Amino acid sequence: MTNLKNFADILETAENKGKKIYEICQLLESENTEKPVREIRERVKEIIAAMKAAINAGLQSDEKSAGGMCGDDCAKLVAMYKNGKSLFGGLHQKILKYSLATVEQNARMGKIAACPTAGSCGIVPSVIIAVSEELEVDEEREADALITAGLIGKIVSNKLALAGAVAGCQSECGVASAMAASAIVELYGGTNEQIINAAALTLKNIMGLVCDPVAGLVEIPCVKRNAFLSIYAVVGAELALAGIKSVIPVDEVVDAMKQVGEMMSPKLKESSEAGLATTPTGIKIAEELSEKWNNQ
Amino acid sequence: MEKAKTLFDVIGPVMIGPSSSHTAGAVRIGYLAGKIFGERPDKVTFRLYNSFAKTGRGHGTDKGLLGGVLGYDVDNENIKNACNEADKLGISYNFEYREDYTRHPNSVDIILENSSIGKMTISGISAGAGEVAITRINGYKFNINGDYDTLILIYKDKPGMIYRVTALLQGQDINIASMHCDRKAKGQQASMGICVDGCISDYIISELKKIEEVYLIRNIEVLKK
Repeated sequence: MTNLKNFADILETAENKGKKIYEICQLLESENTEKPVREIRERVKEIIAAMKAAINAGLQSDEKSAGGMCGDDCAKLVAMYKNGKSLFGGLHQKILKYSLATVEQNARMGKIAACPTAGSCGIVPSVIIAVSEELEVDEEREADALITAGLIGKIVSNKLALAGAVAGCQSECGVASAMAASAIVELYGGTNEQIINAAALTLKNIMGLVCDPVAGLVEIPCVKRNAFLSIYAVVGAELALAGIKSVIPVDEVVDAMKQVGEMMSPKLKESSEAGLATTPTGIKIAEELSEKWNNQ
Repeated sequence: MEKAKTLFDVIGPVMIGPSSSHTAGAVRIGYLAGKIFGERPDKVTFRLYNSFAKTGRGHGTDKGLLGGVLGYDVDNENIKNACNEADKLGISYNFEYREDYTRHPNSVDIILENSSIGKMTISGISAGAGEVAITRINGYKFNINGDYDTLILIYKDKPGMIYRVTALLQGQDINIASMHCDRKAKGQQASMGICVDGCISDYIISELKKIEEVYLIRNIEVLKK
């Protein structure tokens, strides 16, 4: 099975064997690493525990980040929910809170699980933990969901490096959102085809997302983007669970993302030479930070 | 050769934020440099280049590098306090920030010193997603990324040295995954970096020590990932 490189192969193999995608993924991992499936799942559960710890720590803090540009956004959301105000229902409130809690924890040098990267660390945990709490599933099902998400990221990364410096934010927060969408579909008992479609639908709609961080830090726009793309994953999952399909097959979507990543100006790939980073306010923040650090 | 991807390249590592390349990568470079130096240093100078220099302070790259030298792993919550910890241990440290665009965007030279070893200069890069490489030790080219147990040797360049080392490994049934050699000039000093499957025993190290004109022997264990 080690030659399963794209989504079409994975889907075909899973269907032929009558298995779910996470089962194929853990078997593949077991073959490649010569470790038993049980050991792989234990490691996955450790990562889930770290994700929950990051959420809890983040929910209790409003400490500012190293760059001082974020750190109290989750607290604002929590305060509003306490007052009973929200456009969203409970599940969506939870997803937003967990996403911001995690990614702000990252920005203030707290402990998180990169998924796939540190800058996109809020998206997958927020949906897996919130949906798992909503459905009251056990840690085995949480692990099934995270392995499903991991497979999506891994297959995309066969073609496209998951790094803003290589392909822009589409390959970080964008891929995280697709991973999260597929995880939700798994948790709600969707089919393998729906899992793959959730990824495809989500990826199509984050294509071209640039990486233009202010002062080069994982703060603006990364923190709030995590919140947005967590909810985006819910949309991808909802559409896929309804049986809505991506007309463009997912492997072709990934090829297109790679092409777009290659065409993207290097100025928009984590170099802070364009976009939000070079707005008057972005430049002012960068200059102030630079002055502050040089005086230290 | 591009290595096979695993699930845990995508989910994890569990790490201290905010950046897998600028924080976790920095910790790993520092950690490997500390192991290669092999003893507690009295003094460490970190020379950060390019993106490491420009955005390092906002990413905790400085604390990560120093924490790594102190032996911290990427998920150690003490990374934030690495400077205080170094002060307590009496290790003096200093950060220099430079631009040199002939170098990798995320590069650092780490100069470690103490009275018994003297001075070593170890260079590393952070390639993204927490992947790192030690690229030079005292000017010799290496490619150490912590994926394997790695044997590092600096020795006098003379015929038969590579044979003696590899024969010793073969005698212990150890398979070599990759190997890299370099030298200053014929008959002067040379270097060997050997990544192996499995681990390098104390017996191998003690046998290596018996070979004349080997100046440095280090066994760097695979990084926890």
